[in-house]
Amino acid sequence: MIVILTVLTGGIILGFLMRNHEMMIRIADRIMSWSIYLLLFLLGISVGVNETIIRNIHTIGVRALVLTAGGILGSVIVSYIVSRFFFRDM
Amino acid sequence: MKNSLIILMFFVAGIVSGLFAPIPRVIPESGLSLYVLYVLMFLVGVTIGADTTAWKMIKSFRGKIFLVPLSVIIGTLTGVGLVSISINSLSLKESLAVGAGFGYYSLSSILITEISGETLGIIALLSNIFREIITLVASPLFAAYCHKLAPIASGGATSMDTTLPIIVKTVGKNYAVISIVSGTILTILVPFIVTFILKV
Repeated sequence: MIVILTVLTGGIILGFLMRNHEMMIRIADRIMSWSIYLLLFLLGISVGVNETIIRNIHTIGVRALVLTAGGILGSVIVSYIVSRFFFRDM
Repeated sequence: MKNSLIILMFFVAGIVSGLFAPIPRVIPESGLSLYVLYVLMFLVGVTIGADTTAWKMIKSFRGKIFLVPLSVIIGTLTGVGLVSISINSLSLKESLAVGAGFGYYSLSSILITEISGETLGIIALLSNIFREIITLVASPLFAAYCHKLAPIASGGATSMDTTLPIIVKTVGKNYAVISIVSGTILTILVPFIVTFILKV
């Protein structure tokens, strides 16, 4: 996925150079929203035609929830250390 | 992430068309989405690069503010890594990639679908939507029973926009900047970390 990272970095550089062209940035933002819509629509289609996913949606949902719980719990615990030692005065 | 409802509508519309409309099998396999993804990543880059307020805000802060998103990254990946032991069907790498969405479900699920297929993509979509929903619902509890940074940590990348109002409401206005900076940094890092995890 070197391509993805190259494209992303290229975008950041171009965006930085064009940071004062508000019109262009706004257009970029709009196209960005629409490509997200299109890609999630396509993801929806591939989920809809994929019988294995549709049949196992419960298991998939539970797995997703377990991962979320782990992620949230982990970050709440680790950020406690930061809160305790670096943001005590707030 | 502001348009969460619209995004979900498109996703659901896709599922419904996949289920009921006579979609030719070619469309999901055409590779079209890969090119749209390249365009999307480029534009994500452009909007990051052009976001001068974010850069200024990050620069104006002393070093310790970076500890907040850093603790979210370390905590999320450790937590997800630990619970992934209970999920036999997912490798550690796949679980970590899902966690590395930090709640930014649209971009992370799209990226993961392209790299690892739609089953993991759908897990990433659901898991990261859950992260946003749980933060919206549980922030008052986190603030009351854990600590003031907890709702920000729980929100991950969403603490800059969708979950910001509830965070400010529960932990106070003086945490707003920390919340925005942490969410912004995580949002910027999501595409890098997800790709890195799945490709190393």
